[in-house]
Amino acid sequence: MQYVSEYRDQEKAQKICEAIRKEALPDRQYRFMEFCGGHTHVLSRWGLSQLLPANVRMIHGPGCPVCVLPIGRIEMAVELALKHHVILCTYADTLRIPAAKGQSLFNCRANGGDVRMVYSPMDAVTIAKDNPEKDVVFFAIGFETTTPPTAVAIKTAQKLGLKNFSALVSHVLTPAAMEHILKTAPVREAAPKLHGLVGPAHVSTVIGSKPYETFASDWAMPVVIAGFEPLDMLMAILMLIRQNNEGRHEVENEFIRAVTPDGNQVAIRLMDEVFERRESFEWRGLGAVPYSALKLKDDFAEFDAEKRFNLIEPHIEDNRACACGEILRGEKEPKDCKLFGKVCTPARPMGACMVSSEGACAAYWRYAPKNQ
Amino acid sequence: MSTQPKYLKPLNIKTEKVEMTHGAGGLATAQLIDEVFAKHFTNDWLDEGHDGATLPALQSPVVVSCDAHVVSPLFFPGGDIGKLAIAGTVNDVAMCGARPLYIAACFILEEGFPLQALNTIVSSMAQTAKEANVAIVTGDTKVVEKGHGDGIYITTTGIGEKITPYAVSGKNARAGDAVIISGSMGDHGTTILSKRENMTFLTDLESDTAPLAQMIENVLKVVPDVHVLRDPTRGGLAATLNEIAHQSDVGILLEEDKIPVKNEVAAACEFLGLDPLFVANEGKVIVICEADKAQTVLEILRSHPYGKEASIIGTVTEENASTVQMRTLMGGLRSVDWLNGEQLPRIC
Amino acid sequence: MCLAVPAKILKVQAEDIALCDFNGVEKEVNVALIDNPTAGDWVIVHVGFALNRIDEKEAQTTLEMLSTLQTPNVA
Repeated sequence: MQYVSEYRDQEKAQKICEAIRKEALPDRQYRFMEFCGGHTHVLSRWGLSQLLPANVRMIHGPGCPVCVLPIGRIEMAVELALKHHVILCTYADTLRIPAAKGQSLFNCRANGGDVRMVYSPMDAVTIAKDNPEKDVVFFAIGFETTTPPTAVAIKTAQKLGLKNFSALVSHVLTPAAMEHILKTAPVREAAPKLHGLVGPAHVSTVIGSKPYETFASDWAMPVVIAGFEPLDMLMAILMLIRQNNEGRHEVENEFIRAVTPDGNQVAIRLMDEVFERRESFEWRGLGAVPYSALKLKDDFAEFDAEKRFNLIEPHIEDNRACACGEILRGEKEPKDCKLFGKVCTPARPMGACMVSSEGACAAYWRYAPKNQ
Repeated sequence: MSTQPKYLKPLNIKTEKVEMTHGAGGLATAQLIDEVFAKHFTNDWLDEGHDGATLPALQSPVVVSCDAHVVSPLFFPGGDIGKLAIAGTVNDVAMCGARPLYIAACFILEEGFPLQALNTIVSSMAQTAKEANVAIVTGDTKVVEKGHGDGIYITTTGIGEKITPYAVSGKNARAGDAVIISGSMGDHGTTILSKRENMTFLTDLESDTAPLAQMIENVLKVVPDVHVLRDPTRGGLAATLNEIAHQSDVGILLEEDKIPVKNEVAAACEFLGLDPLFVANEGKVIVICEADKAQTVLEILRSHPYGKEASIIGTVTEENASTVQMRTLMGGLRSVDWLNGEQLPRIC
Repeated sequence: MCLAVPAKILKVQAEDIALCDFNGVEKEVNVALIDNPTAGDWVIVHVGFALNRIDEKEAQTTLEMLSTLQTPNVA
């Protein structure tokens, strides 16, 4: 067993697609939101959207932590690199996001900033150990998949007694964001409705399936947690169709091989030990969302880059014509945005959805087959 | 033997390093050339010791190509910057439908670069040149101050003669043509990444750096009218096919299940968040030819050691001009984009 | 979000570090988030960390489900 190719079996995929076509009732609309940017990427990269019948549509959600990272947070990272001359360690995903004057972390380097791409938060800790005379800041972004690794990094730095390591914490929370989407969904009769949520794969391995129960019960929303491979996604879509047809709204777990109801307790305990919720956090494209993001607890204040360097997050608006907010909430599609493909491209992203390769607009641009 | 009295003592290749004097054009430069470069590159032209080489007239149109090599790390499984430099230029000339014959090589050395490393690189170049049947006929060496170079930069210019009367060009792809690749994708780039400081992972993977001129000549002997020959180097298969699609104003439709990718490359790309289609290759060629010649080309490639995994991976189409699309393993269609810059790993 | 891949633990080396096999490529992975990591365990790896184990039995069940398309309504 190798856990990858088995879930990319062509024959099985065809069977599931046939079942989807057969079971999706022709007089019904099915609109499912895949919350996770990784799932958006799976849909695009494998061309799954075209295998679905016309009345089954996938709406791309805001689960792309790079997309929803406010420009102000990038500005803070740029300030750390250029003004405070730290060694700024970041995942590759954030390197190209343009901040206020088009300055990105990538082109900080050309201006003398020491910005280094890391693959793991522990790389940043190692850099701090190897460079005791310089301040090292780790730009900690991501949902609950990436948060426990940051927690381990902070605790390791603490154990090692490192005095030059800190993190610019911008971790965000999945259930809070999902609830915000449902809360702010348009309530007008004519507005399109969501009929189901595809729950993120790897976030769920950490937080478990229980946190989604409130959506099924309080919002009467069918939820299926899906694995990361194309067969997982197709199966989850079939399961959502069945929930709708049978009038059920439950949390179903397609990713049972890695997701349990309680999740990874070691990781959860660690997150609770190191982080606490911010009262409010500005999400790019979504506005202020309460209790949706994390900051370091006071016990770890010395590792908080915002405190250490007295950083204030500037508020920077997106282009007025940018439709990211509506796209992130599933109300519009990339092609509905006036800027898409003309002013806004992956080379020159104007808004959140184009910035990361799994943002709805970027995924569409990169992978959507051109007009036949 | 008559050079010996000129120098006070021979260079100690094992311990000495490049110094500024080696680039000054005086005795030290001559010694470096004699005891490192000429030792490995020896041939009639170089032995003249002249500033340039006088080459015999060629029977058919002359093809020239040049390249700069700045790869890091300098040494990697399967090769080094020297092998890369010669193979790269040999291949560029061959891609024009030519047999490469002569190479000119320039070196920019950083003060402090170990002579041992230089010797290994130069020896690599000589070996690769020998395999490719090309002579390194002239060159130049300069030394820059410490901190102003990456150890060594090499530029190479290759000269060859056309061995087909037909034009081989990126503008020639025609609707209906077959798209063939000579082997697995992404080997070189993934190997390089595996050696980069904070990306280390253990693998038996090797760079596929190889001089392909002979294999290409084998193809041209039997099918002289192939439409396009190009090597998918930086930017990978995706960038190269996009270039061709634009230049020829055609569409290209690929079949994912026909594109060979080694398991280790697929695995490494998976956990780095890279797509093998966008990862560099240094020993592969794309052949675009008329559909009814595809099987012949395939067999010729497969009968050469560098083309054992050759595969017909797609077709050229009239629709969707200037785009490259791919039918995925799942049966859905996706676009294969032309990236703006370098592909970066991702966590999301 | 989350690009994560399955890998098999080959050997638990130092504290919290295990050498893992990713389908032919070997890499060191931080296993601080795994309770009692053991050689032979399969895990999901993200940003250099094993996030959780992959349960072989449940994986088998999933493959059956993907074949038969019978869903057991598991939450």
